[in-house]
Amino acid sequence: MNAIILSAIWGIVMMFSGVFVSGKRTIRTIAILGLLLLFLANCLDLGGGFRVHIDVHRMLYFDTFGLLANSVIFGSTLVFVMLSGRDMENVGINLAEYFALIFFVLCGVALVTTFNTLLMLFLGIEIISIPLYILTGSDKRNLKGNEASLKYFLMGAFSTGLMLLGIAFLYGASQNGSLFIDEMAIGKAPISPLFISGLLLLLVSMSFKVSAAPFHFWTPDVYDGAPTVFTSFMATIVKSALFIGFIRLFDEGFGRVHDRWQLFVAIITAATLFIGNLTAVFQQSVKRMLAYSSIAQAGFMLMAILSINGIARDGIILYITAYSAATIGIFAVLIRMKDYTFEGFSGLAKHHPVLAATTTIFLLSLAGIPLTAGFFAKYYMLAAVVSTGKYLWLVIFAVLCAAISVYYYFRLIQAMYFKEGDRQELDEGPGFRILLILLAAVIVVLGIAPHLVTDPVHSLIYLW
Amino acid sequence: MPINYYIFLAVALFCIGVAGVLTRRNAIIIFMCVELMLNAVNLLLVAFSKMHLHDLASANPAAGIDGQLFVFFIMVVAAAEVSVGLAIIVMMYRNTHSTDVNFLNRLKH
Repeated sequence: MNAIILSAIWGIVMMFSGVFVSGKRTIRTIAILGLLLLFLANCLDLGGGFRVHIDVHRMLYFDTFGLLANSVIFGSTLVFVMLSGRDMENVGINLAEYFALIFFVLCGVALVTTFNTLLMLFLGIEIISIPLYILTGSDKRNLKGNEASLKYFLMGAFSTGLMLLGIAFLYGASQNGSLFIDEMAIGKAPISPLFISGLLLLLVSMSFKVSAAPFHFWTPDVYDGAPTVFTSFMATIVKSALFIGFIRLFDEGFGRVHDRWQLFVAIITAATLFIGNLTAVFQQSVKRMLAYSSIAQAGFMLMAILSINGIARDGIILYITAYSAATIGIFAVLIRMKDYTFEGFSGLAKHHPVLAATTTIFLLSLAGIPLTAGFFAKYYMLAAVVSTGKYLWLVIFAVLCAAISVYYYFRLIQAMYFKEGDRQELDEGPGFRILLILLAAVIVVLGIAPHLVTDPVHSLIYLW
Repeated sequence: MPINYYIFLAVALFCIGVAGVLTRRNAIIIFMCVELMLNAVNLLLVAFSKMHLHDLASANPAAGIDGQLFVFFIMVVAAAEVSVGLAIIVMMYRNTHSTDVNFLNRLKH
């Protein structure tokens, strides 16, 4: 509860700071302070030190899984703002408002990770989406940004409509007229067609939101058109939160009838892996390549939803940590580049060795090379699917797709290290460099000791 | 009246909305079709709410209240979406002097 309250309040604080504070530096400091407080408040909630108690009538359920995911997401937002906060100034003049919108998104994130009724899921997803439409179009004079924003908005509203129809069907199919996800599939001998159609509609709309194929077509355009700072935010933090919500819904809500939907999820997973990886190979722009790479990584995360079990729950926490850390790092470097194509990265290693070395670690982690966090993240996902005993073909297929992904990640490494390029003036201060090195160190440490993230899922008692 | 009639009506309205979103080219009309989808859902939720009340009233006099509450939330969220969506369409119109979504194809190199 701490996080929900604090993020909403701090969003308003940021809005007012835009009126009363003039210095951009001060505004950024207030935002970083707010994120630190948010992170600490959530850790207090997780550890049990201090909790705001509000009777929510079981509409939210604060378990360790959701709160831990919150911590990871707030932590990555903090890193994101510290790395790229300065680049937000280049998007437009309303710096404080961008931060305010980010805090409102985080409020939605906190709802989506801890919801226990379909009403809270809907509200959380909308609280995430509506500020994101604005952030996507925040560069008002850029035509590409306008188009991305309109496209995102229309697709988002459409998928919300599908989700609501699914919720209405589930509500009609429930026997006691409740929207609680843990009561939905209880005590029905025959499962009604209404229930199944509601389930499928929710599956489709959640696939839309997390950009799983065949509902991924908006993703590359929106990620490409949005200002790069906010692409980084959307592709990591928001996507992680939606996946936590997705797994929560399908584990607690539909876990008992998993034989009805597992095959659909398996097909969506395979299609996502295939389309994401194969299309990423042909991209010339690094930004667009990262958009397709985020689709491909979503394919791996979908495996946690396919195999709802303990390993999947551990794995998804590790996966969002590894994926967010690596992608935020790459985007932080990409934002400062003048040229977003692969050629633009040529010769980076010679002129900016620290940036090139850390970017290499991030790319290796995304590709899933051992000794990086990405390796264990992928390992957990595959292990989760193997432990279900079915869908071995999917495991083999995923490994093949991961092999394809090595091609386009290494293409960037090759451009940085083995191609000649002109020196370019990049805005890299010592603080930026140290943060990147720290982020790369986190990825390597997690690649050696993944239990640092996954253990809390078991060791902390279930709250509430 | 059996609940099936309400389901058919709501699904028909919803499908009209979906067809509009998929075929129309004007951003504002697409937007109106999305609103039609949301209102179809509202109708369905209220019908189900009444159905639950009818079935469960003896056990729980407040049965079915969740559905009606949900409708209010959908209305509020739809209003928030309208405000943001129309702002985006206006921003688009200022730059292109058109609300035609065929412009959107420019993003795909």
